[in-house]
Amino acid sequence: MARHEFWAYRRENGRVGIRNHVVILPLDDLSNAAAEAVANNIKGTMALPHAYGRLQFGEDLEVFFRTLIGTGSNPNVAACVVIGIEPGWTGRIVDGIAKTGKPVAGFSIERNGDIATIAAASRKAAEYMQWASEKRREACRIEELFVSTKCGESDTTSGLASCPTVGNLIDKLDPAGVTTCFGETSEITGAEDVCASRAATKEAAAKFMKAFGAYQEMINRHKTNDLFESQPTKGNIAGGLTTIEEKAFGNLQKIGKKTKFIDVLTPAEAPAHGPGLYFMDTSSAAAECVTLQAAAGFVVHLFPTGQGNVIGNPVEPVIKLTANPRTARTMSEHIDLDVSGILRREMTLDQAGDRLIDLTMRVCNGRLTAAEVLGHREFVLTRLYPSA
Amino acid sequence: MTTHFLAHDKKDTVGVVVVEDVRPGMELTGWAMDTDETVKLTARDAIPLGHKIALKDIAAGETVLKYGADIGRATQAIAKGGHAHIHNMKTKRW
Repeated sequence: MARHEFWAYRRENGRVGIRNHVVILPLDDLSNAAAEAVANNIKGTMALPHAYGRLQFGEDLEVFFRTLIGTGSNPNVAACVVIGIEPGWTGRIVDGIAKTGKPVAGFSIERNGDIATIAAASRKAAEYMQWASEKRREACRIEELFVSTKCGESDTTSGLASCPTVGNLIDKLDPAGVTTCFGETSEITGAEDVCASRAATKEAAAKFMKAFGAYQEMINRHKTNDLFESQPTKGNIAGGLTTIEEKAFGNLQKIGKKTKFIDVLTPAEAPAHGPGLYFMDTSSAAAECVTLQAAAGFVVHLFPTGQGNVIGNPVEPVIKLTANPRTARTMSEHIDLDVSGILRREMTLDQAGDRLIDLTMRVCNGRLTAAEVLGHREFVLTRLYPSA
Repeated sequence: MTTHFLAHDKKDTVGVVVVEDVRPGMELTGWAMDTDETVKLTARDAIPLGHKIALKDIAAGETVLKYGADIGRATQAIAKGGHAHIHNMKTKRW
């Protein structure tokens, strides 16, 4: 299969998307009902309900705006309708998304009510949907691709084979100029020095250690004696992982053997230094991390799982792979690629990496992932601290 | 030939069982991934798929090595071929 090009939608700002969504984006919890009503009225559109957007402040508010603006700006989104309770912050989201040049319009509920807002937003959504339906895929170059990765419900097979398979892909695609991203700050605990040694520059290493140290400080401030039951999770422990250090070394296999990360991103921050591998400071909870990576503009996600995390994302297709033969057998509808053959010595890591590249290109060309056909659209915002 | 367990690095003191039916007394075949060697070991315990097996006698308090790296300490002695998990190992971090 051709690896130097794929078929995707070229957006107004030049970036390329592998999906063609029209998103109905609520600003806040209060606007979920109207957004879902619009998505119900206009077939093919997708509402992204979420729990937040009220009384947030400071850095927490910045992460919130970056995430919502970034989600609407993702190249997998053709056009976006924003609905908020009031016009001020609704407008801030609209203005942020409008910088991409894509069609975006905002509607607010106060002084209109839900019904009038839904009617007006539905007319705009219908216009966008029909416009987007005429977009056609075109040949795009591999170096235009943005790929993120995060693993979940990991077990020892993740560190042995499924995470190294992603690492093998990254080692092969990095020289081709693909932009890639890993994160999960707390799940590098125990392997932080090894991770820092994989920075391309002293500055990137120092930036990583600063983000890592701040996250550790937060965990230490809040931790009680039950932390070792949350991290590793019950599922991790059932799968044979015993300590956070063991989990961390397995996790880090996803960045391969030689690729260096060139910069460290804040949550949902878009990469700004060209192609290469980026570390993003994220939560290690799967949906939070993938939501932040999608908001940073990554268009396809690689998700190794051991015990069988079923996550998807509404705008960024999530490709799941496992090396656990029992998970591949009992949860096959969730698994896009079975690499358990590595454990049986029937498949080499190099072969597994090639299969993952081929599958990723097929998904970029339009093949739906297991999570997409099962309707997994976990959209989960990261909070840094309570509302004011 | 069935591969029953894998080890990442030649320094490792634990390996990972990759089949579903390891029982006490079973003669196991393992694969040392970095050196591509085949190794033999007798299981002392029933060890589930994905769980760790001690590749040598590990003393209480000793650092447990996997990926050639420190993944925590033994809270009690773990005999060669025994099951290494939360009942006899703990993180050094939290």
